[in-house]
Amino acid sequence: MRPIGIKKQKRRQSIKLFLLIVPFLVLTLLFAYYPLYGWVYSLYDYRPPLTLAQSEFVGFKWFRYLFQSKGQINQLLQVLKNTFIMSGLNIATSILPLIFAIMLNEIKSKKFKSIVQTLTTLPNFIGWVLVYSVAFALFSTTGMMNSILMDLNIITEPIKILDSGDYTYFKMLAWSLWKGLGWGAILYLAAIAGTDQELYEAARVDGAHRFHLMRHITLPALLPTFFVLLMLSVANFLNNGMDQYFVFQNAFNRDKIQVLDLYVYNLGLGSNNSIPLATAISILKSVVSVTLLIVVNTLSKRVRGRSIV
Amino acid sequence: MEKNIRVGSNRYTVVDILFNVFNYIGFIIFTLLCVYPFYYLIINTISANNLSANGLINFFPKNIHFENYVEILKLDGLARAAWVSIGRTVIGTTLTVIASGFLGFMFTQEKMWRRKFWYRFMVITMYFNAGLIPMFLTMRNLQLTNTFWVYVIPTVVQPFYIILVKTFVESTPKSLQEAAEIDGAGILTIYARVIFPLTKPILATIAIFSAVGQWNAFYDTLIYVTDQKLYSLQYQLYTFLNQANSLAMLIKSNGTIGQSMEALAKQQTPTSIRMTISVIVVLPILFIYPIFQRYFVKGIMIGSVKG
Repeated sequence: MRPIGIKKQKRRQSIKLFLLIVPFLVLTLLFAYYPLYGWVYSLYDYRPPLTLAQSEFVGFKWFRYLFQSKGQINQLLQVLKNTFIMSGLNIATSILPLIFAIMLNEIKSKKFKSIVQTLTTLPNFIGWVLVYSVAFALFSTTGMMNSILMDLNIITEPIKILDSGDYTYFKMLAWSLWKGLGWGAILYLAAIAGTDQELYEAARVDGAHRFHLMRHITLPALLPTFFVLLMLSVANFLNNGMDQYFVFQNAFNRDKIQVLDLYVYNLGLGSNNSIPLATAISILKSVVSVTLLIVVNTLSKRVRGRSIV
Repeated sequence: MEKNIRVGSNRYTVVDILFNVFNYIGFIIFTLLCVYPFYYLIINTISANNLSANGLINFFPKNIHFENYVEILKLDGLARAAWVSIGRTVIGTTLTVIASGFLGFMFTQEKMWRRKFWYRFMVITMYFNAGLIPMFLTMRNLQLTNTFWVYVIPTVVQPFYIILVKTFVESTPKSLQEAAEIDGAGILTIYARVIFPLTKPILATIAIFSAVGQWNAFYDTLIYVTDQKLYSLQYQLYTFLNQANSLAMLIKSNGTIGQSMEALAKQQTPTSIRMTISVIVVLPILFIYPIFQRYFVKGIMIGSVKG
């Protein structure tokens, strides 16, 4: 056998390790990087049965189109308004899981605590279609709430909760709180469990009341987690996802419920079917999101001395 | 001047007691809000349909029968959709767990060629995405639309899970791996024999998250699949919810049930159909969830303490 130099042997070993992860790198390339190529569709007059090569190159026509007509601008502004309000409400209420965790931590009975924790995280594990189905059972015009109120003669006409555009933002917020509040608290409860118990003991010996402990020990222990999550949700300001809004959308609330993600879907794959225009909006959205992430990350580095990415 | 009240060996102030009372009441209310909707669905599906259609069943079931389930389970497409969902949950979760565990471990191997670069190459994909339409076009170009694989292949590599495993492996003593290496174990043996058993708790957590995600996934069917044979349970549920009225007619016309009072109570209504299908989709989660709950609470602690 030919002797191999130590260096060469090391190099072989390191290449061999690399080869083992190549299949996964290919998957990443295919499903995360290759789709970026799809951005070129925004530069063509593309209509589905044709191929890209058969379509006309139109440059930034679709980007200009977004800002050309008054109607288009107004629609886009409405969608942005919806997106901003929904994200804003979600960020404003992101303090609730923290409060939930602090209050739950104050409960002495271990059994009660674990029952609450188990049952309140349950809604997080069902999909949005099911949430909608639950909402339908309880709040549709023939649902539980309306039939009880009618039986008691409190109302004569069923209240339209799902089929109306009123208070859409708050209804959506209520559903996402119902689904996510208990689950959101778990992270904080984990952080509380990780806090040094001696801190509490020492403070108690010094005569601290439970409110002092909450204010001066528990809360500061949770703030780092809170800030990380807050910054992540700011960075994701434009990405509210679409599952929730898609299942709850109908002719009555469409104007208020269309956030950017849903708008892109309705525009590109829904009835309008304008792939180039929808792609153009996706691109703008991605660019803004990445910019937001960079800004938030820099901010986090300055303020907390740690980056979130 | 606070009054102290002795209960056992503890001293409580009035403020304390008030605080406790409100705290308990608050949690009881929120917990009931989280549970009651599920309970409501279940008692209504097993109660007389003519009562539940009029919203008369709110706390206890009445005239219990299981006709709703018998009829709904006969519906075309439901069984197939259930198989699609079970299939994607099992296969998708398995692939994700294998990939996350192995990659998380591999990225701790300092000897790997350009390890840092490739790690970043993967992790950075957590923060950008091309958008819905380019993703759709990609799946079409790769000919994955209208195939089962569109559910399980794109989710194999999940940067967040890889990070979790990597930080976990880094916290284990290095000497374990070195000892195995001296004994002549190759990289795959080290992974299978030394690291894999250690990472089981974190892998279990990843498995639960991934399985729940697969079971609840809705949007990929909506976007990538038009073939009814590949509808997932969630999507099938969505279509059934929208067609509940016509389904009720269909079942009525196929049914053998007559017009007696008893028969009327068992006759399907759009409401009973919507509720029954929902219960069928949610039941697996209701059963499995309490068993696994403590595992992922533990898993989150593992992940977040280091996070």
